[in-house]
Amino acid sequence: MTPLIRRFVRSPAGIGGLAMLLALAAAVVVTPLISPYDPYALDFGNALMPPDAAHWFGTDNFGRDIFTRIVAGAVYDLRLATTCVFGPMILGILIGLCAGYYGGWVDDALMRITDIVWAFPFYVLVLTIVGVLGPGEGNLYIAFFMVNWIGYARIVRGETQIIRRLEYVQALTILRFGPARTMLRHILPNAVTPAVVYSMSDLVLTVQAVAALSFFGLGVQPPAPEWGLLIVESVDYMRDAPWMTIFPGLAIAWVGVAFALLGEGLATAMKPKG
Amino acid sequence: MLVPVLFGITILSFLLLQVMPGDPVEHAMGTRASAEELAAMRRLWGLDLPLWQQYLIFLRDCLTGSFGVSLFYKLPVSRLVMERLPITLALALYSTLIGLAIALPFAVVAALRRGRLADVLIRQLFVLLIAMPPFWLCFVLILEGSLRLGLFPTGGVGTGFLQNLHRLFLPALVVGLSTASLIQQSLRATLIETMKADYVDTARAKGLSPAQVFGRHILRNSLISTISVIGVRVSWIIGGTVVVEKIFAVPGLGSLLIDAIQSRDFPVIRGLTVCFAVLVVLVNLLTDIAYSLADPRARMK
Repeated sequence: MTPLIRRFVRSPAGIGGLAMLLALAAAVVVTPLISPYDPYALDFGNALMPPDAAHWFGTDNFGRDIFTRIVAGAVYDLRLATTCVFGPMILGILIGLCAGYYGGWVDDALMRITDIVWAFPFYVLVLTIVGVLGPGEGNLYIAFFMVNWIGYARIVRGETQIIRRLEYVQALTILRFGPARTMLRHILPNAVTPAVVYSMSDLVLTVQAVAALSFFGLGVQPPAPEWGLLIVESVDYMRDAPWMTIFPGLAIAWVGVAFALLGEGLATAMKPKG
Repeated sequence: MLVPVLFGITILSFLLLQVMPGDPVEHAMGTRASAEELAAMRRLWGLDLPLWQQYLIFLRDCLTGSFGVSLFYKLPVSRLVMERLPITLALALYSTLIGLAIALPFAVVAALRRGRLADVLIRQLFVLLIAMPPFWLCFVLILEGSLRLGLFPTGGVGTGFLQNLHRLFLPALVVGLSTASLIQQSLRATLIETMKADYVDTARAKGLSPAQVFGRHILRNSLISTISVIGVRVSWIIGGTVVVEKIFAVPGLGSLLIDAIQSRDFPVIRGLTVCFAVLVVLVNLLTDIAYSLADPRARMK
């Protein structure tokens, strides 16, 4: 692990992305302790104030401080996005390992399923699943678990098919190591790199998708200060109070850039030598 | 290969709607309907039949091209789709062209100056572009382009080609920007790869000027591979139009889907998911054909 961390630390992109995420995490921890504002309390006397020294990002139509609300909303967006990426990622990796290792009908069946699911545009499928199940965080997870594992299964299957033919894996078979041990301890570490790098770009798009679903009333429900909800609540005031719209979107973009840079750093760090 | 996928698409679309909680009939008729009325409606919609029969009816509707009847519009889903399909296709094509126009110069500069400052800056610019949520970008563009500068309408479609070119510019730009970063990345990589090819050395040795070598040999061959990148990403491009259409009030397939989800018009949702998937499969097929026509090596295989 140590050379990996050393290489990661040396990539400016990776460090930049990590710093951006840590800055957000620090804001999430520190803001409730020192902010004079409550993300939910109404204060009509201060409604629609433009950004200034007292309210860094201005206030909304109920007089709530937008900076405090965005920071409070980070917990929702990050929890949703990471669960919707890493949960299906684990599922997809396991399925990809099995398909690549066993081959035959297991592999055929899997590839048919992925072909079919890949034909549906991502937003069409996720919007339809959540729309049919009804709005809410739990249904959001169901939708993403149904859709998001496919990419990982395809990537890991391809890697596993290559590794399975290598001599060291055949040696393990001769040594009568069980398939589970061979797959998880000996194939997985060598097959997982591209999946990890892919998960970072997946996070960039999933943060957006989670916010887009709340935007259409299908995800997290009000009064949570989730970023997509902040944007949908701002639309009626957009002309007079553009800061209500601009800053939550910039928060999503902040997280997106952070994960994209982190992905770049991981790709450099995990690239095999030569 | 194509036929099993198409069958799978109808099965998945059918099953998706089976998990809908609540009774669509009760939802459509309201709480005041009597039990007999509900039962009559259920019979009319074929919901009293066993699941496999319902699926066969749905499959028949797909094969005959009607895709069922909308509960809300009381029209065949196919008619709704045919009215709106040209708009979505036009938007997808328009956005792809915008994406290509944005990506091309940046990819060329990044490839020619690879590893230098310009390349690094361009890469960061496109990271920023892909990080901005499209549905938010819609509002920023409406705020700047429509409300402040008054250059573009806030939504809807017009009549005639030129008017729509103007009216659909902002929605196409939003989808095009996310397409642009995909195209730029792969085009840059292909350009760098192609510059190392032997035939480029040959062209140079023949005495062609650097501009001729780049334009006729490197760029032309790299662009061919971009066709297949667009093909792979077609599902992403069409998915991107869904959200954007709703915000800009573009009456295409995407806004129809979101309206149908919100009014729980299940035959429309089911028919539309099939149409979207078939559209992706067909466009993939077309780009494969276009690629093999453009690249003699692919034709040989």
